[in-house]
Amino acid sequence: MNPTVSFILITLLKIVGIVFLVILPMVSYAVYAERKVSALIQDRLGPNRVGPAGLFQPIADAMKFLLKEDFTPAHVNKLYYWLAPCLAMVPAITTIAVVPFGSTLFGVPMVIADINVGVLFVFAIASLGVYGIVIAGWASNSKYPFLGAVRSSSQMISYELSLGLAVVPIFLLIGNLRLTEVVQYQIDHGWMILPFAGNWKNPVGWLLAVPMWISFGVFAIAVFAETNRLPFDLPEAETELVGGYHTEYSSMKFALFFLGEYAAMITGSAIIVTLFLGGWHFPGVPDGSRGWIFGLINIFVFFAKIAALLFVFMWIRFTLPRFRYDQLMRLGWVFFFEIALVNIFLAAAIIGFVDR
Amino acid sequence: MAITVPRPKLTWSERLYLPAIAAGMAITLRHLKDMLLGRTRVTMQYPEQKWDAQLPEHYRGAPALVKDEAGRIRCVACQLCEFICPPRAIKIEPGEIPAKDRFSKVEKYPREFDIDMIRCIFCGMCEEVCPEQAIFLRKDYAITGLTRAEMVHNKEKLLEIGGVIHGVVLKWNEKK
Repeated sequence: MNPTVSFILITLLKIVGIVFLVILPMVSYAVYAERKVSALIQDRLGPNRVGPAGLFQPIADAMKFLLKEDFTPAHVNKLYYWLAPCLAMVPAITTIAVVPFGSTLFGVPMVIADINVGVLFVFAIASLGVYGIVIAGWASNSKYPFLGAVRSSSQMISYELSLGLAVVPIFLLIGNLRLTEVVQYQIDHGWMILPFAGNWKNPVGWLLAVPMWISFGVFAIAVFAETNRLPFDLPEAETELVGGYHTEYSSMKFALFFLGEYAAMITGSAIIVTLFLGGWHFPGVPDGSRGWIFGLINIFVFFAKIAALLFVFMWIRFTLPRFRYDQLMRLGWVFFFEIALVNIFLAAAIIGFVDR
Repeated sequence: MAITVPRPKLTWSERLYLPAIAAGMAITLRHLKDMLLGRTRVTMQYPEQKWDAQLPEHYRGAPALVKDEAGRIRCVACQLCEFICPPRAIKIEPGEIPAKDRFSKVEKYPREFDIDMIRCIFCGMCEEVCPEQAIFLRKDYAITGLTRAEMVHNKEKLLEIGGVIHGVVLKWNEKK
């Protein structure tokens, strides 16, 4: 077969496989998991009606969303009102394109697009997510969505700074923006925050883990803010803004915002896993070149790590109260921005002065 | 006059908030763990488990008409319950007992007896005011219907809920 045609076919297969068979079911079951975890934390049982332990609840929810009346209020800007839900969903899913979700399977690298500006692409596309929210708030032509949109845009812009700065130490260390290289480095030298592999008795590796831990903390918190999750869910604060930017939305358009948030959570976790937690690597498990079963295990490990992070997302959501708006801004600009900035110098000093 | 409320002086570790966050996370995780291990007592799962057996004697459920041992309706259509009913849920249409009937001294019987269960507030005034002990609040609490008309309990429905209550009935007594 023509190599171009086979490349296109394999890429399409990967896109369909990862988006429709993994990400979208994961999104809908993340909603289920969220409800279940919140219930268990609050001493309730959670969804338990549809199917065993409520496992078919996401399917019932999807049916409900599809069958509901898709109402467009008369006072909205029709074009942008229809555009916004798509803009909320698409960037979150697009980001996954550059994330290596496995080693190789039958010799095919398990990453949709292995581009050499990987992490820049992630930031560029993830920033587009704010447009969905801003356009939704503006097109709704109503005060609460508008306030939510304004909050969201300022919050996302503020926390993108610390998000960007927090990953600089990693790329100082590795010298390559390609995400597959990041994973390969972590396989050789141990995970960024847990340098057990390679020469793990070397204290330098553990010294380097200090700025990596700080990076990890700042990055994880910034991801929380970027995905509008509690304690940073100011854009959709129910108690203050009714529903925030999606107040005027109903039916499948509302569901797209809802699912977009969870998709953003999954991609955010995927980035965290790739950058800090070793990607698809698990100590002792070889990569896919040793047989397809290991390739599958690698993919499974990657998504298991994502699931663990999603649990942390939910756990934090049902523990911490929402920040006040000025506290949020102060935290972003006065603390995390500075911490991330100082951390770069710390990492640079360690890398520079210590002979590796 | 402005009152200055003294703010508590926070220690260094309190201002950092991180210990508090960690403590909160530990609490929620403990609750999650207890739920997973089945140590937490959860509320009753309603449609499967019902508390009907534990209902107290004085429970005020749906109002209903009762019959006596002989299967006769106790109500004499005096309309006191209709007058006392705060939300005016009761509507009685009295009928006359003909003069040559054996119980002609009772004079009236309810030809129609409707209780609108959308209006009923389960207050029990009707039960309290009834001179013949003909209307009681029974233990039915799940009164549902798909239409407003369905929610109006007519005489047959009320008698069906009410059932039979044993005891002295004054109105059939010839001497009283």
